[in-house]
Amino acid sequence: MSTLMPTPGQTVGPFFHYGLPYEGGAELVPAGHPDAIRLHGTVLDGAGDPVPDSLIEIWQADPEGRIVQAPGSLHRDGWTFTGWGRAATDAAGRYSFTTVLPGAAEGDAPFFAVTVFARGLLDRLFSRAYVPEHPALHDDALLTSLPEDRRGTLIASSDASGLVFDIRLQGEGETVFLTFPDNGRLQA
Amino acid sequence: MLIVTQASELSTQAEVSDEIAAASKAYEAGDRGDAQPLLDYPPYRSSVLRHPTKDLHHTDPETIERWAPCFGPQDVSPLEADLTIQHSGEPIGERITVAGRVVDGDGRPVAHQLVEIWQANAGGRYIHKRDQHPAPLDPNFTGAGRLITAADGSYSFQTIKPGPYPWKNHRNAWRPAHIHFSLFGTDFTQRLVTQMYFPGDPLFALDPIYQSITDADARARLVATYDHDLTTPEWSTGYRWDIVLTGSHRTWLEDEA
Ligand SMILES: [Fe+3]
Repeated sequence: MSTLMPTPGQTVGPFFHYGLPYEGGAELVPAGHPDAIRLHGTVLDGAGDPVPDSLIEIWQADPEGRIVQAPGSLHRDGWTFTGWGRAATDAAGRYSFTTVLPGAAEGDAPFFAVTVFARGLLDRLFSRAYVPEHPALHDDALLTSLPEDRRGTLIASSDASGLVFDIRLQGEGETVFLTFPDNGRLQA
Repeated sequence: MLIVTQASELSTQAEVSDEIAAASKAYEAGDRGDAQPLLDYPPYRSSVLRHPTKDLHHTDPETIERWAPCFGPQDVSPLEADLTIQHSGEPIGERITVAGRVVDGDGRPVAHQLVEIWQANAGGRYIHKRDQHPAPLDPNFTGAGRLITAADGSYSFQTIKPGPYPWKNHRNAWRPAHIHFSLFGTDFTQRLVTQMYFPGDPLFALDPIYQSITDADARARLVATYDHDLTTPEWSTGYRWDIVLTGSHRTWLEDEA
């Protein structure tokens, strides 16, 4: 249990584009990498409209399930996989990363840890984008704790270039967002 | 008057202030609210369609979520902590030092981790192309900086005190002066994006973004303190702002803690 009260969050606002996105932020590996895949999707609001001023971050293990602790995420050298990426959505609410499939420890379902920021969103949201068709999805602790009709919102789907993970902030098909112990939110 | 069409769509400050007061009353009555902003906070109009309607799902972090991305000397130049030296001339405005410490919920320093800031200039204008506020741009001020915290979690930026600025939440809405902060902890679950404010700002009571944190003590944690020890004679004033990230879930080794 924490002893200090956390500093509250605030919205990222509309003007983060010259503060946070940077060259190469969405390329965890170069597009020419032999194992490169694309992880992409659209961020949508409660009316089903795209959210053009949001920012997505991902944090993932390497394909062998190792957690990489290599610096260089802001200064991509073209060789070092650091496991972290950041992408702003475009005018159509789309984001896109070039990365590799995450692995997981033996028996666990691999996923990309995802953080969502946006104008209009007062605090960041956490989620997970699970790799589809993995045998361990069926007994994943988080997925099995969710109602069946909401599980699918956390599982990416495949397309020709890689994986698609749409994020619905509100309404039909609302993405499951997570809170962790000690996140400063009262337990319901 | 030119603003008639706009005024017919936008609420007045009095209407928004009434909504803020109602939300605050509901909090004091124990209805809802906590140490974080409410995600569903109608006085902040853009939140209406952008907040999840379902409760956040409680879960324990998995391995990857108990670690955080790592940044190093190749990522950030020490010069990026000084926002006043990015151009050939001196920026306009009050030079300030903003310094403090980043710790986790148990008071452990968050060492060697990335801090990013962005802000308006002294006139309340962002360099962002979407900012249409007709205050002057400052050719000597971009308003973005970053650094890596020291071993004791401390950080220090040199910058210019930002001005308040108008926005279109309601008619004649003004944001209190603030600096946007982005922080990482030792765990992915500690990720924080927030805003630092300046003490005594008369706009606090009127601002739905600040007031979305319904707990007064929690709100106060976003306000820096003036610190004369951080001033530089004949040069700059100083503000101290310490940041507490949420608890860490990592099993700490003895020599780390
Ligand atoms: Fe701002």
